[in-house]
Amino acid sequence: MKKEKEGWKELPIGLVLEGGSSKRFETGDWRSEKPIWDEKKCTNCFICWIYCPDSAIIVKDGKVQGIDYRYCKGCGICAEECPPKVQAIKMVREEK
Amino acid sequence: MIVARTGNEAMAEAMRQINPDVVAAYPITPATEVVQLFSTFVHDGTVSTQFVPAESEHSAISACVGASSAGARVMTSTSSQGLALMHEILFIAAGLRLPIVICLVNRSLSSPINIHCDHSDSLASRDSGWIQIFTENTQEAYDTTLMAVKIAEKALLPAMVTTDGFIISHGMERVELVGDAEVPKFLGERKAKTSLLDVDNPITLGALDLQDYFFEHKRSEIDAMNHVLPIIDEVQKEFGKKFGRNYNTVDEYKMDDAEVAILAMGSTGGTGKVAVDRLREQGKKVGLIRCRVYRPFPKGAMLKAVSKVKVLGIMDRADTMSTLGGHLYNECRSILYDSEERPIMKNYIYGLGGRDISIEEIEDIYAELFNIQKSGEVDKEIVYYGVRGE
Repeated sequence: MKKEKEGWKELPIGLVLEGGSSKRFETGDWRSEKPIWDEKKCTNCFICWIYCPDSAIIVKDGKVQGIDYRYCKGCGICAEECPPKVQAIKMVREEK
Repeated sequence: MIVARTGNEAMAEAMRQINPDVVAAYPITPATEVVQLFSTFVHDGTVSTQFVPAESEHSAISACVGASSAGARVMTSTSSQGLALMHEILFIAAGLRLPIVICLVNRSLSSPINIHCDHSDSLASRDSGWIQIFTENTQEAYDTTLMAVKIAEKALLPAMVTTDGFIISHGMERVELVGDAEVPKFLGERKAKTSLLDVDNPITLGALDLQDYFFEHKRSEIDAMNHVLPIIDEVQKEFGKKFGRNYNTVDEYKMDDAEVAILAMGSTGGTGKVAVDRLREQGKKVGLIRCRVYRPFPKGAMLKAVSKVKVLGIMDRADTMSTLGGHLYNECRSILYDSEERPIMKNYIYGLGGRDISIEEIEDIYAELFNIQKSGEVDKEIVYYGVRGE
């Protein structure tokens, strides 16, 4: 169950929040289209990783691992920038 | 120490003694001298302030917001179009609860373009969440600048102290200065709870705040304004006790047995007091009320003052462009709504663009107020006093 939001008296004065609070703001729920990454086609060129404005391409040990759907807003830049010969990312309609 | 100073010189002198951590400014007539003189203090090393000559007022106040967020004590000065250009950031400074102090020299807003005094610039910012204090003379401008730093830091809200352009800013008067060593003792150090530069304790400042939190943050800012008047009273009392000059949120002059009074802000308070003295010599029971603190509006003290008389002439040096008269007039009618006994009120919009208001003209207004008292009626509730063609 979600925690009840604070009333105005409980809020810190002056719009001050702890650092890095945007991490808790999961913008993935804005998405209307969803990138689907194909591990078999991917050449690990990292162009998608460079272009992603939300740092939502997961990279581990020098290899793309997938997409972080908590933050991916579905802008489609990764699919657009993925080289035409590779086409490892496809956009599909988000079904929720 | 007693010296001769103009309003601008006195405010610059107060800034020198305050020795703020940061001053970011852009010059504009008639406030230019405040920061120009201050920049010479910076050059001469008589202050240790980081001085930021910005490329516009919007940048100047933005630099103030940044520095204040880092925990610095920050001041600037501006006027008219400069304050208008700061407008966007004024709300941000207040929302972030940053105790920045502006020495504001009142000058009319364009158009038509003009460099002289009316209150349209500061009053256009009245809803920005800043504390606003209007001063009557050079001494008060100096004293209030010192007090404003303490008030702002206690309230965690920004404050502007105003003088009337040219009338006070360039008029030389006798000023009694507080000793240099006394000012830091009176103010203490600013103790900010957080700092943008504290890398060990990083903070997020001014994050996006949508339907789920914006209202709560705004409500908290409004509540801060609710606590300002007691803070001003406390600081004014402490200042009076230490330095012998006493101030109130609402200044009453010869009001105890007054039958009619005028209510005004800024230098007209001083001109009006001379008119009161002259009329008192003729045995006429007149008084004067001066609204010193305008934001937050001192409802209690104002009600007490305006309720003393039968007829009240309210002098506004700006118009609200609402067809309902001036600012003070509207606020006074509003606070008096619940009173069983209300004075008859008449609004005099006067002095726009620096049009002079003389002692004789104020005497003339008092004569009119006596006529209203006699007849019990006001034929015209809002008049434009001193304009040709009325």
